[in-house]
Amino acid sequence: MKIRYCDALVIGGGLAGLRVAVQTQEKGLNTVVLSLVPVKRSHSAAAQGGMQSSLANTVMGEGDNEDVHFADTVKGSDWGCDQVVARMFVTTAPKATRQLAEWGVPWTRVRKGPREVVINAQRTTIVEKEEAHGLINARDFGGTKKWRTCYTADATGHTMLYGVANRAIRDQAEIHERKELMRLIVEGSRCYGAVVRDQITGEIEAYVAKATCIATGGWGRIYRTTTNAVICEGTGQAAVLETGLATLGNPEAVQFHPTPIVPSGILLTEGCRGDGGVLRDVDGHRFMPDYEPEKKDLASRDVVSRRMMEHIRKGKGVPSPFGEHLWLDISILGREHIEKNLRDVREIAMTFNGIDPADPGPKGWLPVRPAQHYSMGGIRTKPTGESTAIDGLFACGEAACWDLHGFNRLGGNSVAETVVAGMIVGSYMADYCHRHEIDIDTRLVRESIRREEAYLQEILDRPGHKGMSIFDIKRRMQVIMDEKVGIFRHGETLQEAVDELQQLLKLSREAAVAYKCPRANPELEQAYRVPKMLKIALSVAYGALLRTESRGAHYREDYTQRDDLHWMKRTIVRWSDPEATLPEVGYEPLDIMKMEMPPAFRGYGRKGQIIENPLSAQRAEEVEAIRRRLEAEGKDRFAIQEALMPFELPENYKAKNERLGVGYA
Amino acid sequence: MPKTKIMTTDRGEGRELTLEILKYNPRDPESKPHLATYTIRETPGMTLFVALNMIREDLDPDLAFDFVCRAGICGSCGMMVNGKPLLACRTRTADYPEGKIRLMPMPAFELIKDLSVITGQWMDRMSQRVESWIHSSVEHDISRIERPVDPDAADATFELDRCIECGICVASCATALMRPDFVGAVGLNRIARFESDPHDERTDADYYELVGDDTGIFGCMSLLSCEDHCPKNLPLQEKIAYMRRKLAKVK
Repeated sequence: MKIRYCDALVIGGGLAGLRVAVQTQEKGLNTVVLSLVPVKRSHSAAAQGGMQSSLANTVMGEGDNEDVHFADTVKGSDWGCDQVVARMFVTTAPKATRQLAEWGVPWTRVRKGPREVVINAQRTTIVEKEEAHGLINARDFGGTKKWRTCYTADATGHTMLYGVANRAIRDQAEIHERKELMRLIVEGSRCYGAVVRDQITGEIEAYVAKATCIATGGWGRIYRTTTNAVICEGTGQAAVLETGLATLGNPEAVQFHPTPIVPSGILLTEGCRGDGGVLRDVDGHRFMPDYEPEKKDLASRDVVSRRMMEHIRKGKGVPSPFGEHLWLDISILGREHIEKNLRDVREIAMTFNGIDPADPGPKGWLPVRPAQHYSMGGIRTKPTGESTAIDGLFACGEAACWDLHGFNRLGGNSVAETVVAGMIVGSYMADYCHRHEIDIDTRLVRESIRREEAYLQEILDRPGHKGMSIFDIKRRMQVIMDEKVGIFRHGETLQEAVDELQQLLKLSREAAVAYKCPRANPELEQAYRVPKMLKIALSVAYGALLRTESRGAHYREDYTQRDDLHWMKRTIVRWSDPEATLPEVGYEPLDIMKMEMPPAFRGYGRKGQIIENPLSAQRAEEVEAIRRRLEAEGKDRFAIQEALMPFELPENYKAKNERLGVGYA
Repeated sequence: MPKTKIMTTDRGEGRELTLEILKYNPRDPESKPHLATYTIRETPGMTLFVALNMIREDLDPDLAFDFVCRAGICGSCGMMVNGKPLLACRTRTADYPEGKIRLMPMPAFELIKDLSVITGQWMDRMSQRVESWIHSSVEHDISRIERPVDPDAADATFELDRCIECGICVASCATALMRPDFVGAVGLNRIARFESDPHDERTDADYYELVGDDTGIFGCMSLLSCEDHCPKNLPLQEKIAYMRRKLAKVK
């Protein structure tokens, strides 16, 4: 029986997990990272467009700072995010970007002098400053006031992942591949590590640690059509749910990206539109300005995805054997730009669709339709990244509901979150490890291993195939999520989804496997994963059914307004009875009177669709009064911010960020 | 090699495809290496990712293979397709007009089962050996403006940083197959990547210490199958020659 001990255990080897591991390892803690796959293959590698960070080097980013990034993020979230977390994030992001440059991320740099760009479908010349030459460049992205998204062509996630993974290798963090989290070891209300299955030998092992961090990414594969990698099955979050104590926040907050390519669902980066590409309909008409006169093709993702579906419903979609779609036109950016800055996009289009997007006119247009892309919800944590319910359990990145994104994440804020949260949460986790000992009885660890071995044996012993195979059950779940828990949601169909998913959960608990080998066995893996996935799917569908309003990416056709009066609260899901087929749902209030930015209109999306909370106006007045008073006293923006909504950061992360031309102002 | 079980699915209406796939689980005492044959119906735009999942879901639930991104970005799905090492997710069945495809696991790596191999350990050894990280004595304060880098130099480093460690260059390399300790085109490209990075302070003499022998830069026989098969079209030929010229001058 294998029991290994370490100080810090990180589960998940994508950007967030690896960045946590670097932090704890560099603080002298023996750190182990467990990963389903070689870490450099994590889904982080697929992030194309870039990382938001208010460096303000490019002339199009001039005037940008933490305040502007904060406001964009809060509006993007449709006031669903934790504003303290958003502040922590925007203050640390520039430091993360600059640190990554030192670690070898070859950020695309600013070139001084005139440069031709496409803005609002027009070729325009901008002139970059002499003193910005060689500094980190940024491109435009949706829902942002400034060009803020730092990038390496369209392989940003790849270069960041390699930079951080190589750093972790340098630091000699132990990385154990093809290890799958089965169950957390929880005694009392403290987490002591995890029971893990080796995917090659099939052996069940325990990793015992002072603190454990879940960084297992999103749960996109509960949907049939998703941009997510095939390993993004949400089993990490499900293991947390299965503790019966720890909770998920806002599971119903699911992002649908506007431009996955049809039919494969592979993502084409928002950078396509950020760099000037536009959406067109069956007539070749650029329709987004008709709906969103101000932000046009670059409104936030929830808004653009809904407008696209709305336009298709009006009969403006392009028919195809794979259903109706719209066109993404980047040909107007010119071949040189595409071959340099949108190279992976071109490669994907050519490989999977046989289209060269640099070909001028309709020949180069790419078929796109919105699809599942990101889970804003996840393991509910405090701003330190620690679970609100279990000591010694941390979470970060897409797996967590930290909650930076509320009901809609801005493009470029997710890869940024991975490394920023890694720095912050890793630091708090290291503190925790330094303050705590491993004081769990080995017998309890052995029992945890035995329980898991018995569970797998029970699956292998189930007699014959009756009814649906585990693959059939999984496929049915995915179709239900696509059809009934998608972009447009309605009480009736959500109820149907919840009912059907409960039935599937019961069936999944009896599904037999044909190949009885306990070692490398993909069918066995599905047999224990699918029930976990169904718990996540049920949390998403049930959370969506109960939230009778529309906010960000959660859109209810039977409750079309954002209801600040009744719904300024975060959904909290717990699964305390392992035999149950539904989670318990509760809510955590968002306190308007503590917000730096009280709820208001986002500046894009449908107007006049808010049920106002009187506290919003009251807090807005209060904020304005404090701002006026402190400005009259000659206080700077940092002092004003501190007065409105104080926040803390570890290390030196709260230090002011230097910028070109303005210094530390 | 024995051939067994022919299985058929009729899902779809496309042409008939026959896939012969190596099946073997070295950790299962009852498993013997054999070629299993599957016939499926081709769907429009079908890739090996789609085909293999269809086989697993409909015909053979324990068929093992590795995919992660299924978009040619992560490098998980290298396998031998009719004798050539390719990324399966980017391989279209339509490019095989005879409708016959034989899939084998990549050589040079330890087999897990069927088409799934362990590349991670190999790549980890390579990373340790070439010290695949920035060596810098500068402690830059991260709240200050970053150090400027010439835009062309950054682009040049990015070009070599695009390697996805898929192992295809190793699987196609005669030297790597003969000497398991050869660092491979992936390792030599990594050296070239750090050599081009203005943040890295290492000298040619430092790189010579790491790869200046027959298991490194002087082990390459210039057969260049690596460059022929690299799915990211990295300039491996040029970079190996460049590093060899530089390192041959050391000492």
